[in-house]
Amino acid sequence: MALTLEQMRHTAKLARLELSDEQLIELMRPINALMEHFERLQALPLDEVEPTSHSIPVFNAFREDVVGETLRREDALANAPDARDGLFIVPRIVEE
Amino acid sequence: MKELLTLSVAEISQKLHAREVSAVELTEAVLTHISETEPKVQAFITPTPELALEMARQAQARLDAGERAPLLGVPIALKDNLCTRGVRTTCASRILHNFIPPYDATVVRRLRETGAVFVGKLNMDEFAMGSSTEFSAFHPTRNPWDLARVPGGSSGGSAAAVAAHMAFATLGSDTGGSIRQPASFCGVVGLKPTYGRVSRYGLVAYASSLDQIGPLTKTVEDCATLLNAIAGKDPHDATSVDLPVPDFREALVDDIKGIRLGAPKEFFGQGVQPEVAETVRKAIGLLESVGAEVQEVSLPMAEQSLAIYYILAPAECSSNLARYDGVRYGLRVGAEKGHIGMMEATRAEGFGKEVIQRIIIGAYALSSGYYDAFYLKAQKGRTLLRQQFDAVFQQVDALVCPTAPTPAFKLGELVDDPLAMKLADVLTIPVNLAGLPGLSVPCGFVNGLPVGLQIIGKPFDEMTVLRVGYAWEQLACLRDELRTPTGLQA
Repeated sequence: MALTLEQMRHTAKLARLELSDEQLIELMRPINALMEHFERLQALPLDEVEPTSHSIPVFNAFREDVVGETLRREDALANAPDARDGLFIVPRIVEE
Repeated sequence: MKELLTLSVAEISQKLHAREVSAVELTEAVLTHISETEPKVQAFITPTPELALEMARQAQARLDAGERAPLLGVPIALKDNLCTRGVRTTCASRILHNFIPPYDATVVRRLRETGAVFVGKLNMDEFAMGSSTEFSAFHPTRNPWDLARVPGGSSGGSAAAVAAHMAFATLGSDTGGSIRQPASFCGVVGLKPTYGRVSRYGLVAYASSLDQIGPLTKTVEDCATLLNAIAGKDPHDATSVDLPVPDFREALVDDIKGIRLGAPKEFFGQGVQPEVAETVRKAIGLLESVGAEVQEVSLPMAEQSLAIYYILAPAECSSNLARYDGVRYGLRVGAEKGHIGMMEATRAEGFGKEVIQRIIIGAYALSSGYYDAFYLKAQKGRTLLRQQFDAVFQQVDALVCPTAPTPAFKLGELVDDPLAMKLADVLTIPVNLAGLPGLSVPCGFVNGLPVGLQIIGKPFDEMTVLRVGYAWEQLACLRDELRTPTGLQA
């Protein structure tokens, strides 16, 4: 079940990682070592088993719909690489 | 003054209460000791001497007013994935190298209220992914018992700082063993509480269904004290559980007559070094000699845990780490490449190799067409593992086994071996997958390096785990031997 270079390229794109083929090839060795290790799960009798996403049962956690403590806008923006006029600045998305 | 630094939290607290030392004098002594020891150990990413002295002055004012509390004025330190308001929190990653949180993690807020003194933020594997602290983007940390060896990880800084007396206690986080394995490697006590026992609010997320915050300390007693301070329901973390929080110090009774202990046979095979298995078996024999009832038990699914973990944890990581996109905080690279190009460049430059590896595995395991073969299968395997733990806990009150298959390995020894490093967590991972509490207590030495005894309990039964740990500690009498790590002897 080893990943091919093509699958590595596709997955890196999905994960928004700009990696060269050289970097991807270097990553393939450790990743495929794990993929090989995952093979052992294929033999387990799991058809009738319910999946567990959480070790303790957690249901919807409701609370009263009231305003709580929130961050001040300037605190929320303080770590931004670029901010102006109370807004996060990002590279242009829509062309003029 | 130097001898004071080797005391436990409980012991130093008595001296603060008795005015034998002031919080400020004690903090100054710790800061001096850090400046002397840190060049060798490198346990910290960001020491906070000014903050520490300010907090010490405030603590002393409370002490002077007659307040008595177990952590008041006691210098401690925090893993650098716990958000600290106004103090840089990097997760040992380039992508967060300049992040200054605008809020405190719940555990940090609670510790502030106890009057503990924060001396700094501790080194770790980047985003808590690793078992040696070599994957820190800043520098590796060294094991105080042998400076050529790793302290374990990912909470390597947290364990090394306690062992080297640079803090009386620390907090770490544990997703697959990241508190217990470094505790074992450094000869300190480390507890991963039950999932849901401690709020994760403000802990930078790695794998949210597995992550849990816990203490690293010199004694089991201190571990109970720290857990008292941080446990309990928090409205900011929907997965924190609304159960009564007992006084964990009540677990500290030196009597385990009639307690049923199970030794899971799979935890003594799986590449466990024979000397490690032997040391732990001797400890179990001693526990039996004072009245514990020991039986061998079996958890066959434990042998599948590594495969299950390395699907689930990377899947959750690939989702959690999607937030690092160069927009709201942290690094931004390639703004000229458009918004997608900026995100891709920022992430490739900001994350280290191990983190990128896990993001790719996780994104692949969750991607269309592969979900059933990997993620769903792993979740089902997790169910089977939990069922086996539940069945075993019908027969016994707690499980006892080694914490890690080997003592501390050398820096660089496993860093390029994709599976060998991950095998360091093979005995701790099952505990996270099942959400159980697990404690590592020093239990002896192999070739001069500390080895930990792991005690695993039923969900929310930290009391029994601490009780067994405390009884072992009284039997073992290792405290003096653990006081002076060999790597730091002049």
